[in-house]
This record gives sequence, structure tokens and C-alpha cells, in this order.
Amino acid sequence: MTLFGHRPPVTAWIGLAIVAISLIIAVLGPWVAPYGQSQSVGDTWATPSAQMLLGADQIGRDMLTRLIYGARMTIGIAAATTLLSFFIGISLGFTAAVMGVWVDMALSRLVDVILSIPQLILALIILGVFGSSIPVLIVTIAVLDSTRVFRLSRALGMNLAVLEFVEAARMRGEGLWWIISREILPNAAAPLISEFGLRFCFNFLFVAALSFLGIGVQPPYADWGGMVRENAAAINFGLFAPLYPAFAIATLTVGVNLVVDWLLSIDARPSGSQAEM
Amino acid sequence: MSDDLVLHLEGLKVETIKGATLVDHVDATLKRGEILGLIGESGAGKSTIGLAAMAYARAGCRITGGSITINGTNLRASTAVQRRNFRGKSIAYIAQSAAASFNPAMTLMDQVCEAPVTHGVMSRQEAETYARRLFRTLQLPDPDTFGDRYPHEASGGQLQRAMAAMAMSCRPDIIVLDEPTTALDVTTQIEVLALLRDLIREFGTAGLYITHDLAVVAQIAQRIMVLRHGKMVEVGDARQVLERPATPYATALVNERREAKQLPLIDPPADAKVMLNVTNVEAGYRTGSSVVRNINVTIARGETLAVVGESGSGKSSLARVVAGLLPRWTGDVKLAGETLAPALAQRPREVLRRLQMVHQMPDVALNPRQSLGEIIGRPVGFFFNRSKSAVRDRVAELLRLVGLPEDFANRRPGQLSGGQKQRVCIARALAAEPDLIICDEPTSALDPLVAEEVLKLLRRLQDELGLAYMFITHDLGTVRRIAHRTAVMLKGEIIAQGATADIFSPPFHPYTEKLIASVPEMDTTWLDQVLAGRGAAAA
Repeated sequence: MTLFGHRPPVTAWIGLAIVAISLIIAVLGPWVAPYGQSQSVGDTWATPSAQMLLGADQIGRDMLTRLIYGARMTIGIAAATTLLSFFIGISLGFTAAVMGVWVDMALSRLVDVILSIPQLILALIILGVFGSSIPVLIVTIAVLDSTRVFRLSRALGMNLAVLEFVEAARMRGEGLWWIISREILPNAAAPLISEFGLRFCFNFLFVAALSFLGIGVQPPYADWGGMVRENAAAINFGLFAPLYPAFAIATLTVGVNLVVDWLLSIDARPSGSQAEM
Repeated sequence: MSDDLVLHLEGLKVETIKGATLVDHVDATLKRGEILGLIGESGAGKSTIGLAAMAYARAGCRITGGSITINGTNLRASTAVQRRNFRGKSIAYIAQSAAASFNPAMTLMDQVCEAPVTHGVMSRQEAETYARRLFRTLQLPDPDTFGDRYPHEASGGQLQRAMAAMAMSCRPDIIVLDEPTTALDVTTQIEVLALLRDLIREFGTAGLYITHDLAVVAQIAQRIMVLRHGKMVEVGDARQVLERPATPYATALVNERREAKQLPLIDPPADAKVMLNVTNVEAGYRTGSSVVRNINVTIARGETLAVVGESGSGKSSLARVVAGLLPRWTGDVKLAGETLAPALAQRPREVLRRLQMVHQMPDVALNPRQSLGEIIGRPVGFFFNRSKSAVRDRVAELLRLVGLPEDFANRRPGQLSGGQKQRVCIARALAAEPDLIICDEPTSALDPLVAEEVLKLLRRLQDELGLAYMFITHDLGTVRRIAHRTAVMLKGEIIAQGATADIFSPPFHPYTEKLIASVPEMDTTWLDQVLAGRGAAAA
């Protein structure tokens, strides 16, 4: 089977299936979930039954419902974060590449400063000061993550900005926005799209980690990282409760990476002794 | 099969993994000590054959048919490990751009000794002694300590020779020379060419010499194979192919090269309204020494001024100063009497419009993600603020003007050949309706026959539109074809300037004479004559 003129390997199809199913569940969440996300319908950590396929959480809410709503929240925040992070990172990275030494110096050193502080610690401080609402969460993670996107897009932009078609645009007197969006961005799209998949994974894990630490998504909203934390004590009683959200996190991470691996391999050519004859 | 036969290619076929044929049914033999010249335009499959002789294909390509026999062993029937043992040891390769092929973090001696030690041909000690002997044969400076240098401490010509030493380090039977002098200046090219020839003669090595320049191959090869689109066009004795080519394509190649020598020189135009006036310009990249100084040139309407010189002579920097890409330190640049700001950013849009540039490498001068309609249409919309349909009409008109079909507007640069891309670059420059076009080596990346067509186009456009050209080039043949006047640059200064006819007739400036004498001629005895002449001059 082909997709956009390419023939994805089996692993890519598995990844695509995982991502597609997760996205469908996230979009359709409220319509497919059997119960409300904060509705208590059973005993604490009730075992799976016909009514509750995956049992209940620490205050008796349906685990499957929480996972479905959690998909919506976790994937939604990770996607919004990654989009915002790429917008900031690409704009500033290309600006640094095109505008010359001083702008580059200022932006790059600022990024160095941010990168020198452990990301999680910095996020804890910012969220601690501003409080953990969803918009603050998204902006915080996006800004922190954009430093990495900045590094990549600056490097890509540097290589493209010295090419003669960009020089031709400069000689015509084109503005910064035209050069960034029309001359450079289309030629940097392939590596940036691959990077988008990877950064999405990291952001998704970062949101889960912050929620696990209690400063991410706040109750009563469901999200996978928070659910692992809330149900963590169940492990002591030999119950599966925290493993469901943990499994969801692992599955989506693996799925997205399988897709990214395939995207990265599209442009790669055979090499070594396989390629020489 | 005689014992003399070191390389035998039979029915060689190379395809891309997508199935396009690159090389089709090529047969070639090499006897010990013999040199076969492979001649053809880019894309003719010369390098592919050179690599295939080592049973190697570039990533994305496959050798799909034929046999490759070295000293009686068919490499195609061997395993990858066996093939690897042949490479470097029995057959070695010299790449076109030595500067890009060396590891910058290793000394030259380490790199030259790597192959013989790895292949177990010599001990490290023996390899070093042998390398020093090669360095001496190749006339590298301080042969005893040259090997301690890193690649950045040697010049381009020296690196090319060091690479020859590397290729010879295992005493191979065959050496593949892939355009080893193309990236060098004409004056350096002679030396490297003569040394390579001596080296091959001294060690009795057989060679495949790949080049697009007939005059170069005339100096070194006993036999010549002319290739086109991956197929053999003509094979024969070098002298015979050069003097009496049998096929129309080979004839065209030979004639193109011949005409360059006999071209009538062009008289300057009568209309002498000054378009560009550069006075006492000095400029450089960082504070410190300037790369161009004391520059005074003028170009009239409808006139072409050629700026010639070796690489590093400052000719491209001069173009960049006029274009505003390299702001001048002192001096004055006037376009039709109006002083131009030093830096691009300070120049008004109207000035930017009147001064356009055609770059050297058409491959990177066009945005691969834009259609030709967008590429050519953008200056029309940008400078003249036309409506969409007016832009479309103008694009069609410009495509016709540069000799391309109108429906090319929907194509992207990747779908064009090199010559077509350069035509698009010219169309883009014309779209701004300029007064002056700076042509920075616009034909040096093109094959000779294609370059000839592009030069014809530029001359026709000049006649029709009264354009002034500043034409940067290192190729004296090109100068004769296009320039009314010529300025010769050396080390950042103009050392001779005047009508092309005067520059190219005695009395010469000594450097101009050296440049003219260094252009290879198709006579197979030319190199010996030049060397003899130099020897006499030195004595």
C-alpha cells in the first residue's frame, strides 16, 4: 500500500495506526466515553467488569473514561505546545540566520542561557510563580521547547541563507518575512517536519511528567501523567490501575516515533556495501 | 587475453535504483601504462564509469550489467570484502576537488600512508619513505616535512598533488583521474597536468582520465572515448579523434574548442553613454587588508566589460562591491551618473531594479520550491506592481525571449537542465528591465556547447535591449566571445585594461601573457612546448 507516493514499512503502518486511533479518540472523546470524566461510578480501584472495562481509579471514576478524556487533554496540550514552540523557534531561528551577526549573537546567547538551566526546574519555577492554568502551561512548555527548535532552524537557515537564490531575493530588496517564509521555509520543511514528530513526543512526555509532579494539568481534568500519579499507590496493593495510563503514554510515544523514523528514512538512501554494486 | 591488459570493462551498465539508465553498454580496455581519456558533457556518465571501474556505484545507483575485470579477476563476481581489497591497492581514485576529499583533522602523511598500511602492502616506515619520494616527484614544497601539514595548510594545487600521491601510495596498476585539474586555475593546471603525466610515466601506471576539456585530454591520453548520455559515441587514438573526429557529436565538441581561438574580436559600441563608473574603489571582508583596491572601470551602454583573473584575484569581490553585497570602504560607484550607496540595504528599490546579477551556479541560484512562473514573475510584480494576469503574460514573453517554451512557467528548477536553468536566471534578471547585468561566471558551470548557446543569448539580448554587462570570468575563450573591453585582475588590482583586441595582442602585460599561454590547446604536443618554453626562459 502506498501513502503520498511512498510505501511505508510495517512498523510505520503500526505507528500510523496508533497515532490515528489516538487522534480519533482525542477528537471524539466526550461522545465515545461511557461516563463523565469526573463522575464517580464505582468503588476505589474497582477491578475490571462489564460496566467498567478497565476498572475504576482512586475515587471510583471509570478508568476507560478517564483515559479517553486524558487523551484529549494530553495530546491537545502537546500539539498546541509543539505548534507554538515551532512558530516561535522557526521565526527566531530563521531571523537569526538571515539578519546577521548581531541579531544572531543576541538570540543565540539568550537561548544558551535558557538551555543552561534544567528544563524541568525552570518549568517548575515558572508554573510555581504564575500558577498552573492550561494557557500558562502551554506557553511555558512552548517557550522552553522553542529553544531546541531555534537551534535546528537556525542551523538549517544558515545553510540556506548563503545560497544564491536567497542572495537574489536580497538583491531584489525583499523583506525579512518574504525571505523567511518563501525562500527558506519551503526548503527546510522536510527536516522540520521530522523534528516536529520528535518534539511532539518530548512535549507530550513533558506534560505527563509535570502532571505527575502535580503542577501540570489540574484536577478534575484527566490527563495521563496525572493519572499515573493519582493511582500510583494502587501498585502497593498489586492492582493494575496506574499501568493503564502509563501504557497509553508508552504506546503513543512509540507510535509517534515509528512514524517519525519512517519520515526520516524517506530521504535517506542506501549506503555502505549494500549500495556499492 | 594478453598479460598487458590490466582493466577490461565489458557491456558495463549502471542504473539508478529507480531504473533510469546512466551508463549503457560501455566497453573499455586499458593496457599497462596506457591512458584512456573519457570525454563528455556533465551527465554523460564519465564519473560513473570511473567509479564503476572500481566496481563502485554512488549511493542510489547500481551496476546492473557487464563485467569489470582487473588483472584477470572479475570484480562483479567477487564479494564486497574482495572488492575492497582491490580498491586503493590495484586501482586508485583521484577526485575532482581534493580540498573537499581530505580529512581536515588528519595530517597529509597519515592520510597518504593509510591505504598501504591498511592493505598490508608496506609497513608504516616504508610507506612514509615512499610518500616522501612521491612528494618529491610531484614537486611539493619541502617534501620531507610536507606530510606533517594539515590539509588547510596546503593550497588547492598542492592538495591535488597530495591526492595523486595518496592514489599512488599502494603502487596501483590503474589510476582513475576524475577531472583532477578542473578546479584549478589555468596557470596551476599546467603544472599539475605535467606532474601527473610524469608520475604516471615514471611508475608505468595505467589511467582513466576523466575530463570535459578536450585540450587537457590531448596532453595526457593516448586514446580517447567520447561519451554522451551514458553511451559510447566514439573511441579511438587521441590524435585521430582530435584531428579527424568521425561522429557529428565529437566534431561539434572539437569545433567548439577550435573556434574559441579564431573568433573575431568584437569592436566596442559607438554609443558611448557611460552606464557604470567605478572610481578608486577599495573594499575587503574584515578590517585589515583589502581584497580589491585602486579599482577604476567604466562600462558604456550596450557594452561588455570582461573582468578576468585567477581565483583569488578579486574579480568576484569587485562584482559584489558593485552589487552592494560587499560594501566598499572608499571610492565611488556611479550607475548612469548617480552615486550608489555602498551597502545593499541603503539602496532604493529603483536602483536595485536597474542593476541585476546572474550567478555562477544556476543550480543554487533558483529556489527549488518555486515554479519558474513564480521565480520570473516575482521581480515583475515586485518592481512594477502589475496585476496577476499581466505578470503571467510578461513571464511568457520573457521565457520566449530567452528561448524557452511558455509552458515552462509551471515547471520547477529541478526539471530543467543546467543550460535551461541559466536561461531562467537570465530571464529573472531581465524581468527587472535592468540597465546593467553583472554576470558572475555564468557559463563556467555549463558544458562547452551549452555555454556557447548561453553566450549567444546574452549577445542577442544586448543587441536588442542595449544592456551593459560586467562579465566576470576566468576563461579567456569566453572573453573573446563576448567582451568589448577587458580588465585583467591580479591580487586585487587591475593590472591591464582596454579593448579586448588590444589586451589580446602584443605587447602583453607579463601576467596576461602567462594567462594566455596557460590555456591548453588541442595540439597533443602543446604541453611539451609550453614546458620547453618555460625551461628556456628559466635558463
